[in-house]
Amino acid sequence: MQPVAVFDQEFLPLRAKLLEIAAALDRFDRSDVLGGREPRAAKIRVAIEALLASGGDRAEQLQLVFSRPYEEDWRERMQMTNIE
Amino acid sequence: MYYIDPHIHMVSRTTDDYETLAKMGCVAVSEPAFWAGYDRGSVDGFRDYFEQLTSFEPKRAGAYGIQHYTWLCINAKEAENVALAREVIALIPEFLDRPGVLGIGEIGLNKNTRNEAIVFLEHVDLAMKTDEQILIHTPHLEDKYQGTRMILDMLCDDSRISRERVLIDHVEEHTVRHVLEEGFWAGMTLYPVSKCTPARAANMVEMYGPDRLLVNSAGDWGPSKPTAVPDFILEMRRRGHPESLIRRVVCENPLAFFGQSRGFVFQPPDAAERVEI
Repeated sequence: MQPVAVFDQEFLPLRAKLLEIAAALDRFDRSDVLGGREPRAAKIRVAIEALLASGGDRAEQLQLVFSRPYEEDWRERMQMTNIE
Repeated sequence: MYYIDPHIHMVSRTTDDYETLAKMGCVAVSEPAFWAGYDRGSVDGFRDYFEQLTSFEPKRAGAYGIQHYTWLCINAKEAENVALAREVIALIPEFLDRPGVLGIGEIGLNKNTRNEAIVFLEHVDLAMKTDEQILIHTPHLEDKYQGTRMILDMLCDDSRISRERVLIDHVEEHTVRHVLEEGFWAGMTLYPVSKCTPARAANMVEMYGPDRLLVNSAGDWGPSKPTAVPDFILEMRRRGHPESLIRRVVCENPLAFFGQSRGFVFQPPDAAERVEI
């Protein structure tokens, strides 16, 4: 598909999604959630900033913002090293 | 174009849904055992469930020309009761040779606990001892990344496993690459809010290619859409992808993966026409 056609296809849906996000953030502001102690608010900020990055993996990066980190030593922590 | 939904919980759906699926081109479904929405109290509850999966559902599906296949296990959400889980795992071999049983699933993790991991490993051991394929559930939302990586660690530790006989489901953008790079099959679940949309699934096909990728609805008793696979087909067509690529993902890939199971006997809907040709 031609680049312009891709843009034509995505522009209006993307515009609508961005407006949804803007409206949700406005609602947060009215309830002062972003300025308060809600820990998820910080993740929202980081996620929005990630949208402005480049590299073609924004969706993956956003998923990681909202994920618990992988702990490589989970077997030791769970005492599962001897379980066959 | 006909298609296969490789992960859908039809016991939770109405007969009208079977009719709708048939009208939209679905010719086969595979139904992993899962959580009923409440913890079952005894192994007999699972015996009844496995009976339903292997006898009643195939008949209900067959009335609409849909071939029904299934997978057996105790779901990760009930794995905290390790004693019950072990009773269920001991029960499973009674059902493995029934027609349409494809293997052990959907096993996996939910909250990534020690007990879940123990029960997961014991299911894998059963699959290896009985030469069954495996279908795996990965956790939701913030637990998915860690849980998927833990599952991959456990699978890759076991040298008995043929990776091409294992399907890891509910992959998203942050887990699909890990699953494919380790040589397993990956399933993308099209769920309204918590998993993947048709557009995001199409993105992943564009980024990773169609090899070892499946698309499913995971339709169940919660908010879900049993006709989500046709939504994916439409999205792929809107993007101008060839029918051959779409068919690969929604039909040929499920056939290739399921075809490794001795319980998979598939009758193509156009088989009679092919013979005449």
